[in-house]
Amino acid sequence: MVFTVSLYASLIIFVLGLIYKVYTWLHRQVGFSQERPRLLKRCLSALTGMALTVFSLKLFKLLQAFFLDVLLQRKILKESFLRWVMHMLIFWGFMLLLLMHALGQLITASLFSNYESTLNPYFFLRDLFGLMVLVGVVIAVVRRSLLKVPRLKTNAMDRYAIIILAVIILSGIFLTGLKITSKTEFSNMVDAYAGLWGEEARALESYWVSEQGLVSPELEPPFKENILKQGKRLHQTYCAYCHADAQSSFTSYSFAKALHPVAAALDRAGFVEIFWYIHFLSCFLGLAYLPFSKMLHIFSTPISLLANAVMDEEKSKPENIATRQVIELDACTHCCTCSLYCSAMMGYEAKLNPYILPSEKMAPLKALAAGKKLDETETKAVLEGVYLCTNCDRCTVVCPSGINLRQLWINAREKLLQQGPAEPLMLSQLSFVRGLNRQRVSDDLYGLPLEKADKAVRRRFEPLLEADRSIDLDQAGSGRVPSLISETTFSYCFGCQNCSTVCPVVANYENPQEALGLLPHQIMCSLGLGLTETAMASKMIWYCLTCYQCQEHCPQNVKVTDILYELKYMAVESMDEKTENEDQAGGLI
Amino acid sequence: MMRYSLFIGCQIPSRVPQYETAARAVLGKLGVDLVDNKQFNCCGYPMRNVDKKSYLLSSARNLALAEDAGHDMLVFCNCCYGALKNAEHIMKEEGRLQDEIREKLREMGLTYAGNVRIRHYLSVLYNEIGVAALKEQLQNTYKDLNIAVQYGCHLLRPSPVTQFDDPVKPTIFDELVAATGAKSVEWANKLECCGAPLMGINDGLSMDLSRQKIKAAVKAGAHFFCTSCPYCQIQFDTVQNMIVSKNPESEHLASVIFPQLLGLSMGIDPQTLGIGLNKRDITMIESYLTKE
Repeated sequence: MVFTVSLYASLIIFVLGLIYKVYTWLHRQVGFSQERPRLLKRCLSALTGMALTVFSLKLFKLLQAFFLDVLLQRKILKESFLRWVMHMLIFWGFMLLLLMHALGQLITASLFSNYESTLNPYFFLRDLFGLMVLVGVVIAVVRRSLLKVPRLKTNAMDRYAIIILAVIILSGIFLTGLKITSKTEFSNMVDAYAGLWGEEARALESYWVSEQGLVSPELEPPFKENILKQGKRLHQTYCAYCHADAQSSFTSYSFAKALHPVAAALDRAGFVEIFWYIHFLSCFLGLAYLPFSKMLHIFSTPISLLANAVMDEEKSKPENIATRQVIELDACTHCCTCSLYCSAMMGYEAKLNPYILPSEKMAPLKALAAGKKLDETETKAVLEGVYLCTNCDRCTVVCPSGINLRQLWINAREKLLQQGPAEPLMLSQLSFVRGLNRQRVSDDLYGLPLEKADKAVRRRFEPLLEADRSIDLDQAGSGRVPSLISETTFSYCFGCQNCSTVCPVVANYENPQEALGLLPHQIMCSLGLGLTETAMASKMIWYCLTCYQCQEHCPQNVKVTDILYELKYMAVESMDEKTENEDQAGGLI
Repeated sequence: MMRYSLFIGCQIPSRVPQYETAARAVLGKLGVDLVDNKQFNCCGYPMRNVDKKSYLLSSARNLALAEDAGHDMLVFCNCCYGALKNAEHIMKEEGRLQDEIREKLREMGLTYAGNVRIRHYLSVLYNEIGVAALKEQLQNTYKDLNIAVQYGCHLLRPSPVTQFDDPVKPTIFDELVAATGAKSVEWANKLECCGAPLMGINDGLSMDLSRQKIKAAVKAGAHFFCTSCPYCQIQFDTVQNMIVSKNPESEHLASVIFPQLLGLSMGIDPQTLGIGLNKRDITMIESYLTKE
């Protein structure tokens, strides 16, 4: 009763969950796009896309990807042999258990007419497959806890996946082990299949105690030779035709042996039943929760791998790419291969913002695609995370799930830039790739995030640039000093203006001062006067090419470009400061 | 056998893959052995503008990894080269930031003592292999081909840090180009920036600077730009395409990457050199080749 009800309940939740997931795949969207394609359109495009692929030469590519990437998982093998062994053991062990054991009556029985779960090879294979999964799970635990894999993060979902697998397999092994030792189970079977009593029943029981791992409260070895002989004969008559030797179920048998001292007590306490409940309930829990857990990847990752094999970034329909990206969010197994090789990894080490790591960005992107609102600090961190990316594509190349992470970042980035807070990283060369892809964004939106960032780093200091501002010459300066000794070389400046003369940015403007605020020599002069914040207000520091012409041509060895760098750092640091400007002439240090 | 740790950077694998295949083919033929290191990360250049710690840590980790591997570093990108050289320079000084970086490296099981040499491949071609030896490897030379050499800023300046060539009158790149029989023309703003550092920050300014360079090179009679940095190459290739598509009348000049130019004259097949992969067509360059 409990079994049937929980089976159907979990099946219903599983199916509804899958339907819901497919709906989200066709409904949600990652990031930014001017128009949102309709659900129906996405459905139709996905179906026609799939049909066109199946009925074209791409079918071979698809089949190749299915065998090499899905069944043999070569992308994992390429990355690490240990991980490949781990995943192959879990994947094949679990799949075969599912097909042969869980769906035994449906599948195995219809394929093999003599199927009986307690007969070999099935009896042996069940244990073998279970052991495969178990070994895989142990490797997974060791990898995530003992091996110090850099930037490998383990979250609640990873723990859940490992725990549910371990509980299902261990409860299965324990259950079989307990059954092997159980006198109650033995008596029930004898009543059902042999109907023996008296001396014959005792002979059979003695044989099972001696040879099959049974623990009997009444009978204990040593047994007489002739009784065992009789028991064996009875065993062969009544049991052997549908029950292989308990030893074939080798892990459970070993467990049964270990249980020996306490087996009788466990049997009386009804542990067989308890573990039977644990086993099937954990299986059904796993099934019902599958669409909402990391285990969904057994569906979504093959889809991602297959789509990756046949979809063309340039030629595919935008609505299909949108659909694929949502599936990809679910296809991520949080294996953290991307974060192992991420080029921006030291950005993470310096800033300790986990969202800089590709593997950690997936969760907030998922939340955003689901329409959840992130709070202000969270949004800021996620935005910094998606922007501190050098667009080297390494994550996309190494991802064992075949996720096109590059495209995912580009899409997610634009939406956050448009809607999120000012991001100073926009004023760095990380923006190069956004510039190259500017046709993806309409012209009127493209410049907005840049303006926002520019404002944020200069807002406080801008009034200092007013031409008629009076400067108190007696007051001390703001006290801001660049961090490296070489960056105080501005004090050598004697105002020859070479730096501004050779600067290609200055040369590009008819009225450079209007466009740039202060020119390089004026910035050096301001610093000499202690007007550090005034220098920080200048657009010049942000429009510096860092071509080092100024520094190279300075007759006084002023490190002009390096000083501009320092001013940029100070401006970024002061972004969130609420204090008033303190800039007063303070004189050369 | 010359052996180096190859530092490929971020731009080349993702946006200029032909640079890598061409450079590997050319260097391989010249007996330079390149050791790959999957552990290398970004040089830090793109973060340098706003975040010094991220920059310095990125560079320093690469230097520490290369030092640990025991080979000098070979760099294909001027901006990586400049960033790494500058980090080497900064790490020589004492300071709080340097201590912090060293501590972070130590946590990662790395140390950096400053014992690894950072080399740009042009410098290796010029100083280790030499123009004469290079010429011996050539199967064809160019005739009547005018090249506008683009040195790139972060290779030349600041010269006390990069130590590549004379920052005001450099000759290394010109001599290497001349070795192939091509003529390196003198052009007005040869040593100026390509504009790439501002692409994405101030696109108008960035494209203005590129346009001025194109104009000057065309005026000097150049048939092609020749670059040794992926940023310059993307600027003269992808960004030039953007400039031209916006204003079809504007002057234009396709750009060849130096290993492509050299590779063709060494007889390496155009496919390996990725001649067809440049955004602006450079296939015409083969018509300037003459058999030795």
